[in-house]
Amino acid sequence: MTAASPQAALAQRFRAFLPDSSILVTETERRPYECDGLSVYRRLPLLVVLPEDINQVQRVLRICAELAVPVVARGAGTGLSGGALPLTDGVLLSLAKFNRILDIDPLNRTARVQPGVRNLAISEAVAEHGLYYAPDPSSQIACSIGGNVAENAGGVHCLKYGLTVHNIVQLGIVTMDGEQFTVGGTGLDAPGYDLLALMTGSEGLLGVIVEVVVKLLPVPDTAQVLLAAFDDVVPAGDAVGRIIGAGIIPAGLEMMDNPAIRAAEAFAHAGYPEDAAAILLCELDGSRAEVETDVMRVRKLLAQCGAREVRIARDADERALFWKGRKAAFPAMGRISPDYYCMDGTIPRHRLPEVLSGIETLSRDYGLPVANVFHAGDGNLHPLILFDANRPGELQRTEEMGGKILELCVAVGGSITGEHGVGMEKINQMCSQFSAAELTQMHAVKAAFDPAGLLNPGKAVPTLHRCAEFGAMHVHDGQLPFPELERF
Amino acid sequence: MNADQHERLAEQLRDAFEHQQALRIRGGGSKAFCGRAVQGVALDVRGHCGIVEYQPTELVITARAGTPLLDVQAALAEAGQMLPFEPPQFSPDATLGGVIACGLSGPRRPFTGAARDVVLGVGMVNGRGEVLRFGGQVMKNVAGYDISRLMTGAQGTLGLLLDVSLKVLPTPVCERSLRADMDVADAIVAMNRLAGRPLPLSATAFDGEVLWLRLSGAEPAVAEAMEALCGEIFVEVEELTGQQFWRDLRERQHRFFSGDDELWRLSLPAASPALDLPGRTFYDWGGAQRWLKTNAEAGAVHVAINKVGGHATRFTSDGAVAQPLSPALAALHQRLKQAFDPVGILNPGRLYEGL
Repeated sequence: MTAASPQAALAQRFRAFLPDSSILVTETERRPYECDGLSVYRRLPLLVVLPEDINQVQRVLRICAELAVPVVARGAGTGLSGGALPLTDGVLLSLAKFNRILDIDPLNRTARVQPGVRNLAISEAVAEHGLYYAPDPSSQIACSIGGNVAENAGGVHCLKYGLTVHNIVQLGIVTMDGEQFTVGGTGLDAPGYDLLALMTGSEGLLGVIVEVVVKLLPVPDTAQVLLAAFDDVVPAGDAVGRIIGAGIIPAGLEMMDNPAIRAAEAFAHAGYPEDAAAILLCELDGSRAEVETDVMRVRKLLAQCGAREVRIARDADERALFWKGRKAAFPAMGRISPDYYCMDGTIPRHRLPEVLSGIETLSRDYGLPVANVFHAGDGNLHPLILFDANRPGELQRTEEMGGKILELCVAVGGSITGEHGVGMEKINQMCSQFSAAELTQMHAVKAAFDPAGLLNPGKAVPTLHRCAEFGAMHVHDGQLPFPELERF
Repeated sequence: MNADQHERLAEQLRDAFEHQQALRIRGGGSKAFCGRAVQGVALDVRGHCGIVEYQPTELVITARAGTPLLDVQAALAEAGQMLPFEPPQFSPDATLGGVIACGLSGPRRPFTGAARDVVLGVGMVNGRGEVLRFGGQVMKNVAGYDISRLMTGAQGTLGLLLDVSLKVLPTPVCERSLRADMDVADAIVAMNRLAGRPLPLSATAFDGEVLWLRLSGAEPAVAEAMEALCGEIFVEVEELTGQQFWRDLRERQHRFFSGDDELWRLSLPAASPALDLPGRTFYDWGGAQRWLKTNAEAGAVHVAINKVGGHATRFTSDGAVAQPLSPALAALHQRLKQAFDPVGILNPGRLYEGL
């Protein structure tokens, strides 16, 4: 008798409680799951399962724990850091069938939803109560709330309304041993440690999210958008600080540099001034009287900072048009370059000029053009590196340059990722941001939830061994990257 | 005062780790009653103090744990900014580290977030005496686990806080309070209906007879909301009376808190109807945080709070006793404690037996 293949053995165990249609075995069936939104990384999973209730998730995890098979959980697969990249010897656990809104409580302003529910679907479902779910990542029509929690997703309105962690109150999770927990509370806090915060942004390494209670906010009365054009990026950056320093917290504050403006304009025809060095988009929301006053104050500040032109959207259509260009910035890059690579660093805002000039230098050194899109209000920079994957070696050079941009962000006191997560993509740069003792502490946290290390292994937190190898590659002559920069 | 003593503190923790010596972390001592009593050698953090970095336009302040809360607030006030979670002080001696370790928030909490919501990064020493940094000084940061927020409210049982970076906000230009007489059922519904409207609310509370609202924001926004609400059943409260009311509530100095009955804090879904328990109740956070003065048995309070899915904390002469965790959750807490403090030297027993 020959032993069954690991794949066949697992499928056999899962058939005890899952229908055949929920177990994907053939290569053709598994192929769509080989990557997430970061498609430069691909791996075919050993097996894909699509459970539809919590009990089935528990049984899948128990079997995998028993057989020491690693598991990667996946929501809508829109992540941009390879966090849902499967393992060739592992099970890919799709939460796609968890797609129901379970309960809407308008008086308590909460909604209990399954993890596979799309971000935007929540706001649509509660709109009749004058409420919405605030975090709005650009992928909100497609991305799922479970994935949003796993990555602590942001969006363009974070400065005023916060990230995912600020807008959820409770989670149902299942750990690798099949145990189900509720973390957080239906009130505003829970006894014991803040496991709700710890789970948020843990990239599927601590537990599988099986239920989410989100907080809902009242839809603001009104919103208005200003567009300001600058001949230089430095005063545009200063204007951001001036607006915030004046006590105004815009709902959204976005900046684009010239390459990003030109690409977006060619694609979306938003009426952007194509010769501007930078534009700022500033959205103000609140009561009608408040927005009117703030628009006037912001217009004046922008002019004082040297904006050569400030436009105020005439109506809702023009408001939408201003935003259309910004929201189309990523697809617009696809028009002007065969491939682009989106980075996600954060920096203290006042370090913007030196970071932009550092990126420019890297761009010249590597011969790869860069367009910058910036969530300016909260310091989250998205440099888009334009490249052609068909040219031999260009992807490798792009990744190397991207890594250097992130190290530059760390060097000025920022972070390697603001909202996309570490996943597979930035695993090496974690070694720049954290010491061995800090990474060891993170591994200890992981072990408290998943001692055998079977949930999404190899992502988010690098082993010290990996860092040692990476360090050998990147520290030259005993010097840290960017020795000319001040550190603190 | 400005002094960096992190090396001394780390050294003391390394020493305690080697000798398995339990430590009782203390700042100003103003929140000693917020957890269980701890047996251990006192470790005073107050010498490690001072604002490390504050640039108002970044909306971030970084200060050492021993910095007096009043100093932090004074620096912010000078730039027209504030700590959005309106922390209770309980004494002028309160330190920033104590505020974050206890994770307490004032009446503004439902509207501008809790202490944990504004924590962007921490420097800390774990139970092995290792100096670690998590998070940072930027608003968005998803590199690694969110250990900074895990530290908030952990009362020093997972690590000694060295410094914290917090998101701050502009102080509202205008603040006005309103009141209306109401019964409890109507008040609970009213607070939650109002919170579902786009009003510049910054606090809602019910003292048993009167519903109190506070509006904060830009002048025109507050004026517009005043006009809308005063047309309904609300009347404006004189400015000083309003300020006094919210301060007394935040500091637990309101006359409600006096009297011999035991004090409980209940945390529950805001719109939950009044619980069937003897005694008096004061509703803060739109009903999501309730203070109960009662002579009821602990078991009865737990039964009532469990029914609505909340949790209760009991204030006794030996300190605050939190709601017991489920066995599975308690075991997970134990493993996390182990991960940070393997020999149990950091405020042992402060949160729960063994934690």
